[in-house]
Amino acid sequence: MKYPVGKEAIEEKGWFLAHRFLLLRRFVQLGVLALFLAGPLFGLWIIKGNLSSSLFLDVVPMTDPFVALQAFAAGHLLETTAIIGAVIIISFYFLLGGRVFCSWVCPVNMISDAAHWLRRKLKIRTSTKLSRKTRFWVLAMALVLPIGLGTMAWELINPVSMFHRGVIFGMGAGWIVLVGIFLFDLLLVEQGWCGHICPHGAFYNVLGRYSPIKVSATNRDKCHKCMDCFAVCPEPQVLKMPLFGENKGFSPVIKSADCTNCARCIDVCSKDVFKITTILPNKAEV
Amino acid sequence: MSSSTTYQPRKMSRRQLITDASRGLCGVGLLATGLAGYAKQSQSLAAQCLRPPGALSEEDFLAACVRCGLCVEACPYDTLKLGKLFEPVTTGTPYFDANVIPCEMCEDIPCQEACPTGAISPELESINDAKMGLAVLLDRETCLNTQGLRCDICVRVCPLMDEAITLEVQRNVRTGHHAMFIPTVHSDACTGCGKCEHACPLPEAAIKVLPLDIAKGELGKHYRWGWVEKDNAGGSLIDEVLDLPDRLPEGD
Repeated sequence: MKYPVGKEAIEEKGWFLAHRFLLLRRFVQLGVLALFLAGPLFGLWIIKGNLSSSLFLDVVPMTDPFVALQAFAAGHLLETTAIIGAVIIISFYFLLGGRVFCSWVCPVNMISDAAHWLRRKLKIRTSTKLSRKTRFWVLAMALVLPIGLGTMAWELINPVSMFHRGVIFGMGAGWIVLVGIFLFDLLLVEQGWCGHICPHGAFYNVLGRYSPIKVSATNRDKCHKCMDCFAVCPEPQVLKMPLFGENKGFSPVIKSADCTNCARCIDVCSKDVFKITTILPNKAEV
Repeated sequence: MSSSTTYQPRKMSRRQLITDASRGLCGVGLLATGLAGYAKQSQSLAAQCLRPPGALSEEDFLAACVRCGLCVEACPYDTLKLGKLFEPVTTGTPYFDANVIPCEMCEDIPCQEACPTGAISPELESINDAKMGLAVLLDRETCLNTQGLRCDICVRVCPLMDEAITLEVQRNVRTGHHAMFIPTVHSDACTGCGKCEHACPLPEAAIKVLPLDIAKGELGKHYRWGWVEKDNAGGSLIDEVLDLPDRLPEGD
């Protein structure tokens, strides 16, 4: 990269517009944490529990479907409350696009984004190769292990649950795992945790496969190949065909379920190539 | 656009498929082995860790608890904590250390009410039927009562006084003319709330609450208590001992 990523977009649109989705995303991520923390810290019980399972306004149960599946695999049939909670969360993330959890809610995203940012700043180019499909193997493992062991083995080390739980109930030694992820992403594998290993993300990937809300390279004819979107995208492989595959018959809609709908590509593009769209009515744009 | 220019997805060769699959299996297999070992270890509960009232048996509990902490937030006395990484209790699961804060035995059992998964079983109806653990008078050499003094604190703080803990009177052979009042726990009534351990005035409690599978012995299945069987049968199951007439030395 010859110049800082997104510089052109900042010059074209102004700093705020070139960071609006990033700011919004951080606002949502921290806002979710703040909502959970308001109870234990200030006695403001809007939501109780944590991302694994929670109760909103003392009425609406929410349960992480991946954790619920692990409990099921471990041989426990959850009470109705938890099942209703899982259905609510499944519908929510199915509608919004599966891995929208990863970029807009999951607290680990802030760690991996920080590592990715520092990687660009320090110009660390070397990276160990790891298949992006590894996460599906890990997902399979996380769901098979409990069948034999009768306990949710993955939840012993799941950094997603550990981080969120740690912020609310006390981190203990859990920060070691988080530092580990940061260093792994920074020095070993680019986007290593979220893009290659995390089974939580893999689960939401599977869930969001046919989600209606997608990012689309609607104005791809305006693209002048500055490659800024590739530099910031946590899953850059999803951009290639929608951007450059027109003559191969590819639609501009980023259909890959790897896409986290983080919309950072919209931010850094000075030509307004990308838009958030729905796949249902072909032309509708949000 | 002619059909020759339309995109054909690249086909994966069989060799590629087998290589990828075995690589994935090996890597994840290794991870799984390590994780399975860790998980196995984490399935036994440390002695000082007690589960909330109504918790399923440890094995089922670990399958059912989603580590959400709703029970922790529901507990009005801050009794429950969540296990952290490298602590002797499974990461993220609720427990309490009776020595620090015991269970206050709320009648409405708010932790049970809060549990969304049934890991804290909704089948527990009265807190007095809870089996969080069992109090054991572990150290009879430091317990003040067993030395013939009158402490009795554990008995008096017990929410089920004279049911879960009673004082059994014994002769004090040291002085020869006093009694000793030995705190005695009855497992059928003890809920394992831990108030006795918490209140014990010794710097290190002589009475401690242990998880049930640590505290309880188990009788061999073939074993019968003769006196119970006698009561059940309404009489001795074996013939009475032959009672011969007593012969006394003849007087003169």
